[in-house]
Amino acid sequence: MKEKINITLTGVGGQGVVTAANILGKAAVRADVNVFVSEVHGMAQRGGSVNCTVRLGDVSGPLIPNGSANAILSMEPSEALRYIQYTNKKTKIITDIVPVIPFTVATGDEKYPELEKIFNELEKYGELYKVDAAKLANEAGALITRNIVMLGALAGADILPFKPDFLLGVILESVPNKYKDINKKAFELGIKSIKK
Amino acid sequence: MEIIKDKPGEKILLLGNEAITRGALEAGVDVATAYPGTPASEIADTFSAIAKYFIKQKKDPGFYFEYSINEKVALEIAGAAAISGLRAITSMKHVGLNVASDTFMTYMYIGCRGGHLIVTADDPYCHSSQNEQDNRYYALFGGAPMLEPSTPNEAKEMTRIGFEISEKLQSPILLRTTTRLNHVRSSIEFKKMQKPRRIGNFEKNPMWVTTPDIARARHPELLKMLKKAEEISEKSEFNKIINIGKPSDWGIVTSGVSFNYVKEVAEDLKLDVRILKLGMSNPLPKKMCKNFIKSCKNIIVVEELEPILENQFKVIAYELGEKVKFYDKSSGHFSRLFEYNPDIVAEAFSKIFKVKNPYVAAKTSDIKLPSRPPALCPGCPHRATYYAAKKAQPKDVIHPTDIGCYTLGRAKPLEMADLLLCMGSNAGTACGLAVATDKKIISFMGDSTFFHSGIPPVVNAVHHNHDVVITILDNRTTAMTGHHPHPGTDFDGMGRPAKKIIVEDVCKGCGVEHIEVVDPNSIKDTTEAFKRALNFKGTSVVVSKSPCILLENRDKIKRGEKILVYQIDQGKCQRCKTCIGRFGCPAIYFGKDESILIDEQQCNGCGNCATICPFGAIHVKEEK
Repeated sequence: MKEKINITLTGVGGQGVVTAANILGKAAVRADVNVFVSEVHGMAQRGGSVNCTVRLGDVSGPLIPNGSANAILSMEPSEALRYIQYTNKKTKIITDIVPVIPFTVATGDEKYPELEKIFNELEKYGELYKVDAAKLANEAGALITRNIVMLGALAGADILPFKPDFLLGVILESVPNKYKDINKKAFELGIKSIKK
Repeated sequence: MEIIKDKPGEKILLLGNEAITRGALEAGVDVATAYPGTPASEIADTFSAIAKYFIKQKKDPGFYFEYSINEKVALEIAGAAAISGLRAITSMKHVGLNVASDTFMTYMYIGCRGGHLIVTADDPYCHSSQNEQDNRYYALFGGAPMLEPSTPNEAKEMTRIGFEISEKLQSPILLRTTTRLNHVRSSIEFKKMQKPRRIGNFEKNPMWVTTPDIARARHPELLKMLKKAEEISEKSEFNKIINIGKPSDWGIVTSGVSFNYVKEVAEDLKLDVRILKLGMSNPLPKKMCKNFIKSCKNIIVVEELEPILENQFKVIAYELGEKVKFYDKSSGHFSRLFEYNPDIVAEAFSKIFKVKNPYVAAKTSDIKLPSRPPALCPGCPHRATYYAAKKAQPKDVIHPTDIGCYTLGRAKPLEMADLLLCMGSNAGTACGLAVATDKKIISFMGDSTFFHSGIPPVVNAVHHNHDVVITILDNRTTAMTGHHPHPGTDFDGMGRPAKKIIVEDVCKGCGVEHIEVVDPNSIKDTTEAFKRALNFKGTSVVVSKSPCILLENRDKIKRGEKILVYQIDQGKCQRCKTCIGRFGCPAIYFGKDESILIDEQQCNGCGNCATICPFGAIHVKEEK
């Protein structure tokens, strides 16, 4: 594969960003696509902004150059905007619509921007896809599958160099039997959510 | 368990740190030791998980593993095993090697018989560290051969082959990594697993005893070893030249993760350059470097942090009498600060080659985003300890702190972390502040930190009768790095039962005359304990015991118990903001019309907000 595919995954600690990046990486190895995934651990994880990168194809390291992201997959709206330097006009910005309010806002020291403003701004930077992941995850049967919905949305965005089944395969292997159907449904609802 | 499969040729996705552990297993490692620290922890964690996996099935894992009390002890245990002919690996974060350096510097004089890899995980940009020191200096300082991988697969191969190099040289070697290697996942290819040796043999020899006469005899041997290492470096598969584009007299010297950026940027900029990638970067393959310099008119040196390759290459060029133009840190093209990335390298190359930088950042948005600094978790017992200490203390108290979750006590509204240097520094600096100022001092350290390097300063404080309150936050785990066991837990890194060392008993043994043992979740009692400790003239210790809420809740769920979530009765709440503005639990937030609410998703059910609420407005809501 001569092409390079760059994906930035963002969100807040505890939203499953690292897990999602890991699933993408495993699927790539299965599909025999060269892959690098970068993660954050330790201090950076505690309640903070989490940013992982997944690079596929003809790449030799995990960090994405400015303006080179094919997609931003964000589990939280404001976090998509935090890593906006990686976008170009063609970047697909796929974001969950539910904000996570940081304690700096909770204590009244800072402000969380109006949600509509964030979405309007994101639209200026690339192709915006808003996903109501919580609603779809509940529809699938468990709120905890929110990040699986988001991975489904990414799989439906026609940028991955392998079939969605590679992703689904990795997801289903990592969950107990009784949750397989819920995860499959969450993934499929994610794919559907992005198809216009 | 995928990582222990003996299936040569199979490819799996592994974290750089897991790849290092796999490489050690492929080399038949016998002894693995570590003190956890980001970004090195998962090397040890992977050994721990594998050992537990086998021991649970009553099988021999094939190796001995421990989370040692600190890096120095970790190095000594693995070192003695390697001296006895076994293969050993010791992993630590960069600053851990400072702790182990006393052992390291003299260990290099006597060397080992079995292969020994010392893994140092450096942290350019201080992602999770108190400094960004460049441990490649330790290779030069101690005279250690050094390998620097660029990718997880290379890390695995360097670990595997590193044991062979170490045995050939009868010397421990450094495997120097950085965060962007440790915490990067990529595909790695399995090689055959070797059988471990299991039983070592310590052969008595006067040379193992480094008295001055022996040390004088051993130092020349160290230099001889480095000569031999240079020959290995000349032939090493890890040192190679990669041509990009057409033949040219432009050369780039690089190592570690910087190589990844150099290669990609050179390709993207369509440059004609030759890259000298140094995987075995100490000692340098001098002949190879000389030939490279001779073939170049211009040399760019790309290395994160210190100008180590740069300075060595300039010396070689000078010795050769070659007039080569260097583009490096001293020319101002690269920085000594922080980690590099493709953008930094592209910016420098576009200036040097006078071409356009193809990577264009989208303009940052005008919308101001709220910051998300790391915070103590909801329900963290440390918050309760801080809150109680604050209630007890007079104005103008100084709070030396330490390495661990409690550094987060510096954030608003607690603001109780005033001075931090390194592991164990809280108690030493506390005494210094007591000597230097007329202020009251309350210092904080964790239980793992206490065992690591916090005991000597406590002894020192008692002996000199320093007037300080030393707080030991005993949450029964090394939490920040990922919940590791330590001497205060009743199990070890292989999951076996272990003798639990009691913090307050140690303090008693150290001669501390005033010891308070409290449960911080009893905020009133803890406040009183701090008051008594502050009133005591001399060294007092407050041991605040409560398990990390994340572990506590994990265990509760395992036992089938429910986690109770709290809520605020809006009828009773007087908006006094004690919970949000003084206690500062991140699960509490302002709703509409200044109402104060608890986020059920985040609440860990400690109930301390209910205790401190002056109006009794907070109570258990429902089962989570």
